[in-house]
Amino acid sequence: MGVDFNNTQTIWMQLVDWVFEQILTAAWKPGDKAKSVRELAVMFEVNPNTVMRSYDYLQNKEIILNKRGIGFFVTDDAVEKIKSLRKKQFMEEEVPAFIKNLKLLDIDVQEIVDMVKNN
Amino acid sequence: MVQLENIQFGYVKSRPLFKDLSLTLEPGHIYGLLGKNGAGKTTLLKIMSGLRFPDGGTVTILKESAPLRKAEGLQNLYFLQEEMYVPHLKVDDFVKAYAPFYPNFNHEQFAEYMHELELDQETGYMDKLSHGQKKKVLIAFALATNTKILIMDEPTNGLDIPSKSAFRKLMASAADESRLVIISTHQVRDLHSLIDMVAILDNGHMLLNASTYEITEKLLFDVENTKSSEGKVFYTEETPRGNYQVKENVNHIDSSLDLEMLFNAAIINKNEIANLFK
Repeated sequence: MGVDFNNTQTIWMQLVDWVFEQILTAAWKPGDKAKSVRELAVMFEVNPNTVMRSYDYLQNKEIILNKRGIGFFVTDDAVEKIKSLRKKQFMEEEVPAFIKNLKLLDIDVQEIVDMVKNN
Repeated sequence: MVQLENIQFGYVKSRPLFKDLSLTLEPGHIYGLLGKNGAGKTTLLKIMSGLRFPDGGTVTILKESAPLRKAEGLQNLYFLQEEMYVPHLKVDDFVKAYAPFYPNFNHEQFAEYMHELELDQETGYMDKLSHGQKKKVLIAFALATNTKILIMDEPTNGLDIPSKSAFRKLMASAADESRLVIISTHQVRDLHSLIDMVAILDNGHMLLNASTYEITEKLLFDVENTKSSEGKVFYTEETPRGNYQVKENVNHIDSSLDLEMLFNAAIINKNEIANLFK
C-alpha cells in the first residue's frame, strides 16, 4: 500500500509522503476532499492521532486546508508546494547521500552524467 | 480518566508486587502497557477494573473509587481478559445476556465487527469455539459496548494473521477523543502503529508513561550513527543493518520509534530513562 512501517522513517512522515504521492500523481486533485483522519487511520492501521500529526504538518505547509465541519481539502497550489518541499529534501538529504556513495564506490561522476543524459 | 495513586499490592504480604505505584491515564489515547513476565501487568489491569483491591493507595475510574464497583463506573468500562470466561451459550444468547449491562451497546456495530473479523453470528456454542474465535467474538463485543474505558489484556494472542490486521483496523476506527484504550501486550510488533502512549511497568512501579511523540523527541533511534553520532547511548544492539542504538536526542532529529528497543533501553538504564521523562 506504499507504506512500509519497517523502514527507518517515522510513520507520520511516511503518511505525509503518501499524501504527496496522491497529489503528485493527481489521484487527489486541487479542490478535492482529502480522506478523513479516520479513513486513513483505518486504511493504514495507525492511531488517528498519528494521522492528525501528518495532517497538521500538511496544513502548515498549505498543502491541505481544513474547512471546519466539512473536512480537509487539497489546496490549489498543492503540487507546486510539494515539488518545492521535495526538491529541498532531495538537495539536502538525498544528493549528499548519493555523493557519499559515489565516493565510497569509486564511481566516476561522468558515468552518472552519461546515464542521466541517455535517459 | 483512570488514576492510580501510591498503590501498594501483594498476593503475599511478604512479597509486595507494587510498592508505590502511581499512574494517570487520559482519554483520547491508546496506551500500550509493557512489562516483563511477572511484572504485574494483568494485576494492574485488574486493580483498574475493580477486580482486585489495593492494600494501600487509591484507584479512581471516571471520578469514582474503583473498589466501590459502582454501576455507573462498571457500565462504562470493559475489560477483555487474557484468560477469557466464555459461558455455554450461542453468540446471540451471549449478547442478549450481557449487552444489557452496557447502556451504549450497539447491536449493528456488533454485527459489523463480527463481519470484519470474519465471524459467523450463527455459530454454535461459544465455549466450543477455538481460542482465537472466542477472542474475536469478545473483541467484537468489547468494541460494541462503546464504554469510555476499554482494557484489553494480550488481545492479539491467538489471532491469525488476517485477524490481526482486522483488529488494528477496528481499533483505529474505534479510537476517539472521549475513549481511553489500554492494551497490555508482549506482541509489540502487532500493535506498534496503533498505540500512541507507552506505559512501562517494572519492579513494582511505572518506569515510563509518555506519548510516542515525547519519546521520539527525547530519544533517537538510530542505525550506525546515520542520524547523529551525538548523545548518550542507552542501548546498543547488533542488527544485520548495523549497530542499532537508542540514545539521547540532542539534535532534535525525528526518528522511528522501535518499541522493543525502547523497552530494552528502559529496562537496562532505569534511572536515566526515568529522569529523562520526569
